[in-house]
Amino acid sequence: MSKILKYVAGGIAASLPASAAFAAWDLNMTVGVTELSRDIHGLHMLIFWICVLIAVAVFGMMIYSLVKFRHSQGAVAAKFDHSTKAEIVWTIIPIAILVGMAIPAAETLIKIEDTRHSDLSIKVTAYQWKWHYDYLDKNVNFFSTLRRDHDKARQLHSGVDPYSVPNYLLEVDHPLVVPVGAKVRILLTSSDVIHAWWVPAFGMKKDAIPGFVNEMWFRADKVGTYRGQCAELCGRDHAFMPVVVRVLAKDEYDSWLKEQQQPAAAPVANANVESAALTVAKAE
Amino acid sequence: MAHAHTTHATTHAPGEKYYVPHGSPWPIIGSVALFTAVSGGALWLNHVNSGPWIFSVGILLVIFMFAGWFGTVINESENHLFNDAVDRSFRMGMMWFIFSEVMFFAAFFGALWYAREYSIPWLGGEGVKVFTKFLLWKDYESAWPSNGPGQVGGDFEVVPAFGLPAVNTALLLTSGVTITIAHHALRAGNRKILNIFLALTFILGFIFVGLQAEEYHHAYTELNLKLSSGVYGSTFFMLTGFHGLHVTIGAIMLTVIWFRCLKGHFTPTHHFAFEGVAWYWHFVDVVWLGLFIFVYWL
Amino acid sequence: MSTAHNLTGGHTAGHADEHHDHDHHGPEKGWRRWVFATNHKDIGTMYMLFSLAMFFVGGTMAMVIRAELFQPGLQLVDPQFFNSMTTMHALIMIFGAVMPAFVGLANWMIPLQVGAPDMALPRMNNFSFWILPFAFSMLLATLFVPGGAPAGGWTMYPPLSLQNGTSFPMLIFAVHLMGASSIMGAINVVVTIMNMRAPGMSLLKMPLFVWTWLITAYLLVAVMPVLAGAVTMLLTDHYFGTSFFQAAGGGDPVMFQHIFWFFGHPEVYIMILPAFGIVSEIIPTFSRKPLFGYDAMVYATASIAFLSFIVWAHHMFTVGMPLAGQMFFMLATMLISVPTGVKVFNWTATMFKGSISFEPPMLFAISFLFLFTIGGFSGLMLAMVPADFQYHDTYFVVAHFHYVLVPGAVFSIMAAVYYWLPKWTGHMYNMKLATWHFWLSTIFVNVLFFPQHFLGLAGMPRRIPDYSTQFADWNMVSSIGAFGFGLSQLMFAYIVISTIRGGVKATDKVWDSGTPQGLEWTLSSPPPYHSFEVAPEVK
Ligand code: HEA
Ligand code: HEA
Ligand code: CUA
Ligand SMILES: [Cu+2]
Repeated sequence: MSKILKYVAGGIAASLPASAAFAAWDLNMTVGVTELSRDIHGLHMLIFWICVLIAVAVFGMMIYSLVKFRHSQGAVAAKFDHSTKAEIVWTIIPIAILVGMAIPAAETLIKIEDTRHSDLSIKVTAYQWKWHYDYLDKNVNFFSTLRRDHDKARQLHSGVDPYSVPNYLLEVDHPLVVPVGAKVRILLTSSDVIHAWWVPAFGMKKDAIPGFVNEMWFRADKVGTYRGQCAELCGRDHAFMPVVVRVLAKDEYDSWLKEQQQPAAAPVANANVESAALTVAKAE
Repeated sequence: MAHAHTTHATTHAPGEKYYVPHGSPWPIIGSVALFTAVSGGALWLNHVNSGPWIFSVGILLVIFMFAGWFGTVINESENHLFNDAVDRSFRMGMMWFIFSEVMFFAAFFGALWYAREYSIPWLGGEGVKVFTKFLLWKDYESAWPSNGPGQVGGDFEVVPAFGLPAVNTALLLTSGVTITIAHHALRAGNRKILNIFLALTFILGFIFVGLQAEEYHHAYTELNLKLSSGVYGSTFFMLTGFHGLHVTIGAIMLTVIWFRCLKGHFTPTHHFAFEGVAWYWHFVDVVWLGLFIFVYWL
Repeated sequence: MSTAHNLTGGHTAGHADEHHDHDHHGPEKGWRRWVFATNHKDIGTMYMLFSLAMFFVGGTMAMVIRAELFQPGLQLVDPQFFNSMTTMHALIMIFGAVMPAFVGLANWMIPLQVGAPDMALPRMNNFSFWILPFAFSMLLATLFVPGGAPAGGWTMYPPLSLQNGTSFPMLIFAVHLMGASSIMGAINVVVTIMNMRAPGMSLLKMPLFVWTWLITAYLLVAVMPVLAGAVTMLLTDHYFGTSFFQAAGGGDPVMFQHIFWFFGHPEVYIMILPAFGIVSEIIPTFSRKPLFGYDAMVYATASIAFLSFIVWAHHMFTVGMPLAGQMFFMLATMLISVPTGVKVFNWTATMFKGSISFEPPMLFAISFLFLFTIGGFSGLMLAMVPADFQYHDTYFVVAHFHYVLVPGAVFSIMAAVYYWLPKWTGHMYNMKLATWHFWLSTIFVNVLFFPQHFLGLAGMPRRIPDYSTQFADWNMVSSIGAFGFGLSQLMFAYIVISTIRGGVKATDKVWDSGTPQGLEWTLSSPPPYHSFEVAPEVK
């Protein structure tokens, strides 16, 4: 089944403008750079075309009737008003179609939920309105906030033309950095309200819920910089807490990690886990 | 489909006609009353001094509205303006109102169930949420009753099921019996029994409320069990509290129809108000059983 | 509006008039008629006008939203205010525009369609209506309090919604009042239908509008109290130290979402089932052919209502539910397409081999058929959990629900008004103008909402006042559509008001061209102030 999906996915990826070049008039879901995102895109296109087919059939029938049986053209109404056979047919067929959609959906879902055997675990804590990344037991951790120049530009009446700011609203001071080809497990929580961590190219979105930890994973198989946004209303600046992930080659990643591992970072790490727990503990 | 060929019965006896009241001031008074009450409430919660006063005025208006509205209906009923169809409407209306009440309690029972089956175990690191314990609540062991990993409200003890609550259960179940006896008496036209057992019913009801108050006092002063004692305190007091409120209202309604009985209202065949209140009372009774089992006992 | 015949309540030639007796008067004079109203027609009229007003208020807020989103960068409003607009827009459109419109139609049409003298509980009927103006005054008042109106989204998720200051209790109490109003309205509908049907009108002879409303009323009575419970818990969490939605106290913010959507999903069907009923009345009339598969339609509606209770968590696929839960809610949700499909197919079969003419009500019904179905398809796509991980909280969702709500629910309401307005007022409206209103609405609504599918798929989150430049073009298109659609609605208001004021007399059957079924067409246009005081016999 999933083979068919990949095939469909490939076909569509070619036929629809999903690349940055056409970004402005983007029409379709990105294919992304992970196995999951490709499966999801394939699934998306599969359902899409099924719906198109049904639409063609149903709308075709409607349009035919509307044109063929016009009163103005002297059409005379027939008398029939029911047919049990018809009812059964158009109950069974949709059910069959649905089963056909449910199977690949279930397959993909099971794959998505399997967060075991990860190469790297990162604890992501959401704040109003920034992200905190904590590379578990690597004692590397830092906040990731909308970059200054973007923050200036987005103020009411800032007078700055958004087009003059590359990647407007999708640039942070410290992007998350991960190695290519590694299964990264994200452990999501929040310190205040509910947020959602989302990078379309990775195909996954999960809520960050205060007091609970949600899991999700991705394995990016293409180096590059990938951008997303907080995807759950979290107050005034919900629109201004982007997610930026830099996927590096293994060795580059290792050297990056080294230079981050200043001892100073260590205490901050716990401090943050604490503060998270504390803010939650405070009854509203 | 309904075929639109209609004819009209040429004769019809009076009383066969469905009573449609003309212009009534009570609903708009009710709307104004509710609005006043909630405005007062909103101000109160925002710490505006006038809040409590406006709120009280609203509540008084609500009471006034009910008195006036039901008074009007009682008069109409005593003047035989209601035919069987109207009576049926009232019954159906009451049933669906009670059903909506059931759904209101369902929300809170649902919360209790969710807390016990999901959130508490999850916080304890069970199921899909292992990392929740590991990263956020290291030293929390899930258990019930619980005020959560934050120990919100501090240590507390719970009210044992087989003390006061058991007594209360007995009281309510008995009151369920007494009102049934009263109903049979009414049907049999035995007003004496009716009056006695109806009185017994609301007396039992008020005793129940008294004991509930006693229990709350005990909980707050000796058990340190408060509305703010984490999710246990929340569910415990919201469920028993709303139930207590309903018992109070029910007992008041019982008192009202008791006075109506004394005034000789209701006939063996025609006594919707009585039955409506009786249904309501049984509903309150059943909710309590749910409470006793799921809140106090298990 | 004063000269419309039935609105001044003059006794028009109606069967009821032969049965004069002491307690049968016309309407009271002046304001008392409306404030003390117990007449289902008067109350229905008030509901409809209230709904129209709220549609304009909520729409104006939508215009603010679309104006800010016209281009990237913040030009007009503060982000907090933008969130308030989004929140209030939704609450007002759902609880102030669509639901009251349907209740108004129920008030006007159900007694006429089942052959009853009035609604079963006329005083409570007045209560249900008059609570609403007060509830919405309270809600709209939040715009002027310190800290501004609620800005946590119409879904009121904690902990965010708890951050709202002064406006918070006002929001909660407004919702309580709306709930009380809906519950009483629903009880009235159930009782009227179950108890007041004319002799001979068995359940399976009832017009479909009555059927769909009966089932809708059950949904309302079942879920409105649950919403009341949910917001009550919010209130106690905020002010009385409870921990329902606090992890530290053993609660869970997600618990609110479960309770809310247990109400919320049936709620969305509450906004579409009466629409199904309306369309099922109109299509047969203008196809000059009886509704195809009446029984199947009834059973389909019932199954949709039943299923709507077990699909709520499809709004919460990203909260981290156990796998089994996600599977269950995905499959249950997909299933709803089946009975809904049955309805679409039956409507198509009704038009097939009919003799179709295109009066305004029919035009809107046809538009409903196509555009609702598109909205249904996107809904089905959203039901696929893995795909929803991408769609969730993007404009793809916004596109989905506006397709089912605007060309769905709202168009059906406009179809109903164009269908029954002549019956209510006794006046024909300006067909040409109405046809213009139809074409403008249908074209602009697609310009408005179709591009939002693209925006969502391209990755634009919902509930944001400003966005990255790659979303600019489609947003501009959508905003242009919005302004066009909004302005077109001014025509609707004009047509309705001018028709109430006067116009060509309408015949009793109104659509002599078509073949309108049902008791309402046996009465004069407008119907007498007290119709069916003696129940008609239905054969
Ligand atoms: C009138 C209101 C209405 C209606 C009728 C529907 C109908 C449906 N909705 Fe929608 N929905 C909303 C209003 C509505 N919705 C709202 C307001 C939200 C957002 C709330 C918020 O977050 O603010 C929402 C959100 C929403 C979500 C959550 C998305 C997210 O937040 O991530 C989902 C997910 O499953 C969903 C699914 C569906 C489905 C499967 C249907 C089905 O009922 C559709 C069935 C119809 C069809 C499928 C078309 C006709 C059928 C055929 C022609 C037969 C053949 C077809 C097949 C066999 C495929 N809806
Ligand atoms: C029945 C319900 C309903 C209806 C009818 C509508 C109608 C419209 N909606 Fe709404 N909408 C919702 C229910 C509804 N919506 C819900 C539930 C949400 C989710 C909220 C949330 O996320 O919490 C939402 C959110 C929502 C958003 C997303 C906001 C965000 O995520 O930040 C947008 C953005 O385009 C939008 C637009 C519109 C528009 C343009 C209309 C138009 O159809 C309105 C047209 C009507 C008018 C314009 C009024 C009449 C005309 C005048 C008043 C004259 C003046 C006009 C001009 C000056 C042009 N709606
Ligand atoms: Cu953080 Cu939205
Ligand atoms: Cu839903």
